[in-house]
Amino acid sequence: MRFMMFMYPEIEEKDWGPKADDVEAFQAMGRYNEELRKAGMLLSLDGLQPPSEGGVVSMTDGKATITDGPFAEAKEVVGGYWLIQARSKEEALEWASRCPADNCKIEVRRVFEMEDFPQDIQDAAQENFGG
Amino acid sequence: MTDAKRAIEAVWRIESARLIAGLARMTQDVGLAEDLAQDALVAALEKWPGDGVPDNPGAWLMATAKNRAIDRMRRQASFQSKREEIARETGALFAMERSDFEAAADDEIGDDLLALIFTCCHPLLSREARVALTLRLLGGLTTPEIARAFLAPESTVAQRLVRAKRTLREARVPFEVPRGVELDERLPSVLEVVYLVFNEGYAASAGEDWVRRDLCEEALRLGRILAELAPREPEVHGLIALLEIQASRLAARHGPNGEPILLLDQDRGRWDPLLIVRGRQALERAEGLPRPLGPYGLQAVIAACHAQAIRAEETDWVKIAALYDALAQIQPSPIVELNRAVALGMAFGPEAGLALLDEISDETSLRDYHLLPSVRGDLLEKAGRLDEAATEFKRAAELTTNARERDLLLSRAAPPDA
Repeated sequence: MRFMMFMYPEIEEKDWGPKADDVEAFQAMGRYNEELRKAGMLLSLDGLQPPSEGGVVSMTDGKATITDGPFAEAKEVVGGYWLIQARSKEEALEWASRCPADNCKIEVRRVFEMEDFPQDIQDAAQENFGG
Repeated sequence: MTDAKRAIEAVWRIESARLIAGLARMTQDVGLAEDLAQDALVAALEKWPGDGVPDNPGAWLMATAKNRAIDRMRRQASFQSKREEIARETGALFAMERSDFEAAADDEIGDDLLALIFTCCHPLLSREARVALTLRLLGGLTTPEIARAFLAPESTVAQRLVRAKRTLREARVPFEVPRGVELDERLPSVLEVVYLVFNEGYAASAGEDWVRRDLCEEALRLGRILAELAPREPEVHGLIALLEIQASRLAARHGPNGEPILLLDQDRGRWDPLLIVRGRQALERAEGLPRPLGPYGLQAVIAACHAQAIRAEETDWVKIAALYDALAQIQPSPIVELNRAVALGMAFGPEAGLALLDEISDETSLRDYHLLPSVRGDLLEKAGRLDEAATEFKRAAELTTNARERDLLLSRAAPPDA
């Protein structure tokens, strides 16, 4: 089974991204990622640029509205993610708790596999892909 | 199971292989190492629910296992008189007191893990024993889990494990990573185990589906670990490339009622693009090494060829036929020829495939193999020789042991308007 680990760095936009004095923290994170890779768990990972480099699209009543960042509730945005393969929820949570980050949150979520969907949804997906 | 117990089990799954590997280096006995690690697990199950999981659970488990080892050896030493045994265990005791797991460098831990993989897959052991021991010591699977995965009675698996560990002990198999020529000789045995575990999960044989997926994932995990530990071996990357790409098709291989769907009929939108990309990357690593691709690498290139075709009709069959030709040169086998016949039929017309099948149909190893008549039936059907095709499909249906496959073959044997 697969799990997505979302990192919420809980920092403001202005504090986003690597700074010169973060070398040690980045090395520790690099070691952690390496550990995940060596354990055969890591499928992919990325760190995300600050919210101002992207935006939010809201869908209301069939209409899409684009809002540019930065956003007031900057502390609730995702800063990066890992996609891992784990053998149980507990194992994924254990890996998340080994992350060498501080003052942040990591949300662990299990990924849907195709088999988890009811058959009619699977069939609909198939049609969309062109069969 | 309580939450605490589940959490401990998760820690165990993460730590057990490294723990057993470290202990095996010290004791030079994987059976003993496993017993000691189990002792540490029992201790953790007693302590952690009350005290909480320690900050460095791996180090805690290792320290506990070492203490148990020292207790055990002192106890045994006072009862046993066999001089050799005492000398051996005193040596291990000495090594144990001196070695510090926490201080062990990363590459030392890696070396231990690799040595554990090579020991579990030692050619002295039968294939079944190698698979069981690898799943047990590297995958952290329990005996019932292994039994369920292989549809074997628990007692059989338990015995297989006991015997395997005894064989290794009695043969004094050194706990080490083989070097040079020996490495080349023994690597195939390791890769075969990973491949067998994957295929057990991948094959549409009986068993609960979740067990099947778990086995595939376990094989992928083992293969990825191996690729990190032995990065200079092209076949290691070739194997993991092959597995990643094959696994990308997991969700597309069966219909709603569990019936198998052949590669060319699969809904390619269900293929997992992430695993395909990972497979390609692994293949690039293999191709970037100075040595040529081996059998796994070539099969991975073939799998990548299929993955590249967005629709089945876009498959580059000429290239695939050439790749099977290359594969037949380095690893000649009737099965490879069978696949080559399929590719030739697709690339140059059914007669080209049938001609090759005529050459290999006397192979005794293929006599009762359902895929031979099945492939022949397919080619005959394409050539418009429908009566002959139906006979072959019926023959294939008689030979297969898989009920769903039999249904599929029988439906092909019946005329389309029936």
